[in-house]
Amino acid sequence: MKSMQRPGLPVLFAGAILFASVLVALVGNVFTPHAVTDQALLSRLQPPAFMGGQAEFPLGTDRIGRDMVTRLVAGLQMSLSVALMGTLIGAVFGTLVGFAAAHFRGLVEEALMMLVDFQASLPFILIALTLLAFFGNSMVLFVILMGMFGWETYARLARGVVLSARAQPYAKAVEALGAGPGRLYGLHILPNIASALIVQVTLTFPQIILLETSLSFLGLGIQPPNISLGQILGDGRDYLSTAWWISVWPGLLIFLITLSMSILGDALRDRLDPMLKTRTS
Amino acid sequence: MTGSLLQIDNLSVPLPKGADRPFAVQDLSLTLNRSEILCIVGETGSGKSLTALAAMGLLPKNLPRATGRIAFEGTDLLQIPEAERMHLSGRRLAMVFQEPIASLNPVYRVGDQVAEVIGLHSDLSAAQIRQRVLDLFTEVRLPDPQALMRAYPHQLSGGQCQRVMIATALAMDPALLIADEPTTALDVTTQAQILQLMLDLRRQHGTGILFITHDFGVVAEIADRVAVMRHGQLVEIGPAAQILRDPQADYTRQLIAAVPRLDPRPPGRSFGAAVLAATGLTKTYHTRTLFGASRRVEALSKVDISLRRGETLGLVGESGSGKSTLAQCVIRLVQPDKGDVVIDGGTFTGLRGRALREARRRVQIVFQDPYTALDPRQPIGRAVAEGPLIHGLPRAEAWARALDLIAAVGLDPASAKRFPHEFSGGQRQRVCIARALAVRPDLLIADESVSALDVSVQLQVLELLAEMQQQFQFGMLFITHDLRVASRICDRIAVMRRGRIVEEQATQTLFADPKDPYTRDLLAAVPGRDWRDGPRHKEPADG
Repeated sequence: MKSMQRPGLPVLFAGAILFASVLVALVGNVFTPHAVTDQALLSRLQPPAFMGGQAEFPLGTDRIGRDMVTRLVAGLQMSLSVALMGTLIGAVFGTLVGFAAAHFRGLVEEALMMLVDFQASLPFILIALTLLAFFGNSMVLFVILMGMFGWETYARLARGVVLSARAQPYAKAVEALGAGPGRLYGLHILPNIASALIVQVTLTFPQIILLETSLSFLGLGIQPPNISLGQILGDGRDYLSTAWWISVWPGLLIFLITLSMSILGDALRDRLDPMLKTRTS
Repeated sequence: MTGSLLQIDNLSVPLPKGADRPFAVQDLSLTLNRSEILCIVGETGSGKSLTALAAMGLLPKNLPRATGRIAFEGTDLLQIPEAERMHLSGRRLAMVFQEPIASLNPVYRVGDQVAEVIGLHSDLSAAQIRQRVLDLFTEVRLPDPQALMRAYPHQLSGGQCQRVMIATALAMDPALLIADEPTTALDVTTQAQILQLMLDLRRQHGTGILFITHDFGVVAEIADRVAVMRHGQLVEIGPAAQILRDPQADYTRQLIAAVPRLDPRPPGRSFGAAVLAATGLTKTYHTRTLFGASRRVEALSKVDISLRRGETLGLVGESGSGKSTLAQCVIRLVQPDKGDVVIDGGTFTGLRGRALREARRRVQIVFQDPYTALDPRQPIGRAVAEGPLIHGLPRAEAWARALDLIAAVGLDPASAKRFPHEFSGGQRQRVCIARALAVRPDLLIADESVSALDVSVQLQVLELLAEMQQQFQFGMLFITHDLRVASRICDRIAVMRRGRIVEEQATQTLFADPKDPYTRDLLAAVPGRDWRDGPRHKEPADG
């Protein structure tokens, strides 16, 4: 029954890219000779080394002569960690809401699900812009904002799977043994529904990266001196025709990371989703 | 009347690599004559269903090709092209499945579904087809065929759906009808009617019927000849009378010995103090449709039951009779609308929160389906130890008690660290029993606990329950639809119908002298009840 198929080439590729991104984000800045803020005004807008630029700046420089490699590494660090934090906050909060709705039923459930519907019918980017406009931009607020993205999908998903898991005889048996809600949900239901939630995480993570990128591109996200990929992308906006590399490198990174995450998510779903599992076995 | 209708020679259906055995069906040969009923009997995994599917060309596509010969009226069904076989199936051979409701398309009217089959295989006009459907519905004895033709599957009962399926199968007057456990999902009284219908069909149309079942009672009711299968191989084949009364193979003997018989437990056992007193239990379900019309279903109405230590009370009834609701109300997985449950002298109904959780120790339940009753991600030892842990036993003691119980229910304590999927259905049911007993309950509810098991396993689990009761002296509420099973283990039996107890008697009295007409119907419907007691009254094969 447990014949584990070898993952396909795209999945291996996606895994390799994600692994490399995380590795670069973690240790990449050790190897870059320049500091993030080092400016070299004499070497402004240098093209990448392989296109006739200087060997000192392998991927070129930006409008005030900062090394693209150094900035990309720093941007990657920031983008990944913000997205990770945001995903975690959203997943935990949404899942808790879903569990609460499924546990209490009745009025509590209706109120919570109303909130979910409310969130789902507002364009998130509008909420984000409004909040940022009113409260100004701080790192903490921004991360919390990212966390608010997608919680409603977790809440809906968790409520559904918890309800169906609770109807299973094993959950009833545990209840009949006299277990409290903590034991029932934490020890029995959560491990059994975790796969569905994990799949959802892989689906929201790319969306959060894209959201952070869009906001930073608009200048409303990560603020200098902090750097994110979207911010570098936005920096290059005015130079697209003369110095494309400023925008293309971060864009390429964002594209590769979100695509890999989506591919991995699909593969995970194929492997973990019980509905699909019964179909193939 | 002469010659074989279906001849299977050396049929082998290979299984993919990595399965538990190389062949699902191995070197099987048997013949079915015209207007004969051949029963294929076997336990789970014996390959009996795959044999039927092979004959219909419906083998799962992921299996390697079957080898051998399946000759139907001289044509080898394994060799002919797909198109030709599709032409044959539905016309000359037809099949009825176990789950009648799942076999009908829920979005079409049942009349139209039967009409579709006729339309596919004939060029009758719409009016003629309508008439034919009407005739078929009348023939399978559906009540008010005119109206039922316009009904949707969900508006029919399980038995009515199965009649529609049989009507569909009979639409083109096939020479061969393959019925795969067609009555297993039905209530006994419905089952008796469907079996009678099969006998009538054979008499009127001379249809050959390949009837697949696991139930020797059913075999005794309808079979002319019987084939016993095990692990994909034919164990024994012969006339029904000979197989049932004088089986040659050891395996057949074991199977027949394990068939639960109506064998009422003698009275006279002594019981301890009262352990359960439920009075006036009432539960009404309201179902509301989208447009506000609500339907009230009285699942329980003013039911009283009582039970003493060491005693077993059987709750018998057909589906929808409220017996499971009663159990769930007693154990408070469902809250009754009215009524009180007193367990061991303490009220159980009013409790909430911590007090309820404490009191839950006193009453435990073993469910029907052992495959969903255990947390798939919890090793069985921890599942058994969980109850004692919840109720405050130190970890080491809880674990020791779990190991003791695992041994007591007949499993190897060394397997305590293994996960449920590594065990068979019967073994899992043993784990469920151990889990329930680990908290030393005063009352054990067995909700159809042996219904999903093969007969030989069923017997073992029943014996285990009786043995455990002897040892721990708990009161047992035994819920079943099977009177044969109930007769063996229960001291008293309460018959339920439409949320009420229609009759409650000591087991022997109930079987010897049933008072309520419904009880009498139930008893009369038990398949194969004449088989051991006297000669069978069955129509001759050529009618």
